Amino acid sequence: MPSERIVGIDLGTTNSLLAFMEGDRPVVIPGEDGLNLVPSVVALDERGQIVVGNAARKYLIETPERAVYSIKRLMGRGVEDIGEELRLFPFRLAEDLQPGEVLRIKLGDKTFTPPEISAFILRQLKRNAERFFDAPVTKAVITVPAYFNDAQRQATKDAGRIAGLEVLRLVNEPTAASLAYGLDRKQNGIVAVYDFGGGTFDISILKLHDGIFEVIATNGDTHLGGDDIDNLLITIALDDIEGDLGLNVRRNGEAVQSIRKAVIDAKIALSSQPSAKLDIELPQGKRYQREITREQFEQLIQPIIDRTVGPCKQALKDAGLKPEQIDEVVLVGGSTRIPKVRALVEEMFRRQAHTDLNPDEVVALGAAVQAHILAGGSEATENMLLLDVTPLSLGIEVAGGVTDKIILRNSTIPASATQYYTTQVDGQANVAIHVLQGERELAKDCRSLARFDLRGVPPMPAGMPRIEVKFLIDANGILQVTAREQRSGKEAEIQVQPSYGLTDDQVENMILDSFDYAEEDFRQRQVIEARNEAETILAALEKGKQSPAWGQITNDERKQITKLEAALKAVNSEDDYQAIRKAIDVLNQATMHLAELMMDTAVSTALKGKSMDQADMGEGPAVGHPVGKAEFE
Amino acid sequence: MNVFMANPESKTSSPLLMPGEATSTCWSCGTMRAVHFCSACGKVQPPMPVDYFTFFGMPRKLNLDTALLEQEFYQLSRKLHPDLYARTQLQEQEWSLEQSSLLNDAYRTLKDPIRRTEYLLRLEGVELEEQSKRATDRARMTGEVKEQVVPPDLLEEVFELNMQLEELQMNQKTGEDDAGLIAELQQKKTEFEKKQDTLAEELKGYWNEWDRAFDSGMEEDRRKVRDKMVDLLNRRNYIRNLVRDVNEVLEN
Repeated sequence: MPSERIVGIDLGTTNSLLAFMEGDRPVVIPGEDGLNLVPSVVALDERGQIVVGNAARKYLIETPERAVYSIKRLMGRGVEDIGEELRLFPFRLAEDLQPGEVLRIKLGDKTFTPPEISAFILRQLKRNAERFFDAPVTKAVITVPAYFNDAQRQATKDAGRIAGLEVLRLVNEPTAASLAYGLDRKQNGIVAVYDFGGGTFDISILKLHDGIFEVIATNGDTHLGGDDIDNLLITIALDDIEGDLGLNVRRNGEAVQSIRKAVIDAKIALSSQPSAKLDIELPQGKRYQREITREQFEQLIQPIIDRTVGPCKQALKDAGLKPEQIDEVVLVGGSTRIPKVRALVEEMFRRQAHTDLNPDEVVALGAAVQAHILAGGSEATENMLLLDVTPLSLGIEVAGGVTDKIILRNSTIPASATQYYTTQVDGQANVAIHVLQGERELAKDCRSLARFDLRGVPPMPAGMPRIEVKFLIDANGILQVTAREQRSGKEAEIQVQPSYGLTDDQVENMILDSFDYAEEDFRQRQVIEARNEAETILAALEKGKQSPAWGQITNDERKQITKLEAALKAVNSEDDYQAIRKAIDVLNQATMHLAELMMDTAVSTALKGKSMDQADMGEGPAVGHPVGKAEFE
Repeated sequence: MNVFMANPESKTSSPLLMPGEATSTCWSCGTMRAVHFCSACGKVQPPMPVDYFTFFGMPRKLNLDTALLEQEFYQLSRKLHPDLYARTQLQEQEWSLEQSSLLNDAYRTLKDPIRRTEYLLRLEGVELEEQSKRATDRARMTGEVKEQVVPPDLLEEVFELNMQLEELQMNQKTGEDDAGLIAELQQKKTEFEKKQDTLAEELKGYWNEWDRAFDSGMEEDRRKVRDKMVDLLNRRNYIRNLVRDVNEVLEN
């Protein structure tokens, strides 16, 4: 069933991709421009329409205040913990942002939350999929960095919902990559996946056992990636420009974006060349020129890539393994193209790393494999099963502001823990629970996930109620909480106040709002509908030509109809629904007489004692007029 | 109405018995059901109130074939994981989610020697005390009576450690840097970690005793070895929490 098609989506910091399992191979579905990578850039054009991907990139340079990139960095985060992002990225926060509110980013004169902006990217991918299949696509598997916390995962799921996608599963990026690799090599052993992307770093260690992909340990940094290298180079360039040229362009968005583009190009070039040139035109007719050698580049980025070592060591320690015990190392993410990064990995794990699959595409391909498994699978994925872990410990705050860990990091998910609570004063009806995520001992150092209020505890003396609270981390790595008062057996009502997320109502409203920006979706639906209508009228006309009525109309009429028929067929293969509709209308007019004659024949045949069936008038819209609808409009 | 921050009533981080109703027949085909799924029609079942050993169909013994346990875990995962229920009705999806979370919880508990022993002791009705400075502080705050078991052979060492930790905290407050003290604490931490490992090895000696007592059904023998294991685990927990205290101060 085409509507059951589940696609795999890699929603990346820099680029996003869409993949699908075609037969027994996952393939990337390209965008309208024929390119596989959709840059994760969103812009609001002058007409107030949302533009995504390559088309949005020009706005970054021309009107940076109308465009946003690397929005993934802000997913599931609060205003108090994005200081560094605000310093290094041109994110413009809404001025009226309230403390505790979900971030809102300005795009032109409008503001959007990070999940809404991500939803624009997802919507573009959804459209690409629908164009590819020529059918609606409503279900997806979306990948997230393994080290994403609950709030970041929830924000990603919300983005999917806002985009009109049912997110069947969130899959960790390194795990998805291992699925794509595992499809080819069904062998057992320990695999380390080093995933260094545009904005995030993950390390996952997996045990492969007869098709089971069991993650043993994972670690990472959700704010470490190629972006950091770019920002470092931009900072150096800005300093140079100020020092050498006496020009401060830090507040000139256009100039900063030109510099950004130039340093990214240089970074990419340096992976294959010994040196690269920066040549940037600046305001006041000035020009910044500089050559950078690979050696200089490697020295500069050393501190950044060294930050990946700590998480790798911790993951090995958690897995209880030594580097020699790793059988294979797989490289994922664009930043692993940098030779120095490869050298670092190979030194750390003491073996050559695999790069057989395109590091930009492998995560999306793996997502497609997982989507296929969820859809029921086939011989290609037989016996394949992913057992992932939660990257961070889950705890609750207890007396003294201390974190009491109840589900430890690297626990296989789904995982659960049950806690019992009681009241402290007589007749207390509500109990508050503060849920935390992280490894630190003190609550203030951990990530606040949510505050749960248990309400409606039946009135009892203090200490009497026994409230069972069950924490369950599902297969997406997202926390669910249920509570029950055991003495009365009453389900306690849980009120969730997510610390850094949207409430259900907010998401619902955003789904409604998103229709305002859905002009492109609307257009595409119109095209599909118009085409269907054209097919119907063409089919009916074909039938009409076989009927006696065709011989009863004039030669001119026949000529005219044939001409218009050809015209409709011509526009029908194009994407202009208005042109298709117009062609339908004129053909409709021209066939009016033919339709009347066909009708008469049918009626007289019926009067002669024959049924309509036997008159062979076909069925549906073909009865009477080829396109009945036009007459009633 | 005020909302009070509540402390967990007990340290029990997982219930002894798995939640669920004790139904004996399959919801789908009505024949007798097994713990996880129906033996007749293969449909996933709502969780049954059983302990982790029963979930895996194993006796309550401490010497356990972990290779066999892993094999069993993989086999059950292939049948219970939510990935396999993405296209079923919501109720079955929920049961699969609950059953596979229990499977993972049970596997995690039983494969680890310490967790397995602690779990078994709790099944035997023993609540292990949380032996730490923090637990004592907390008990004092809430007015509970709490028995603090400082292993006698560690008394002197713990006293010295606490002094050093306090000194380091003072240094941290005044912004002073004492690399020597930090190195010494790190050294101590390593020693304590080694001690933990030694105790874990020692614990395995009691497993045989326990398993023999389990087979013979001698209540007295069971009680004896149980108490020995409780004592050992309390000591080990005490040391584990010392390591945590050191980490906490070093982290700052």
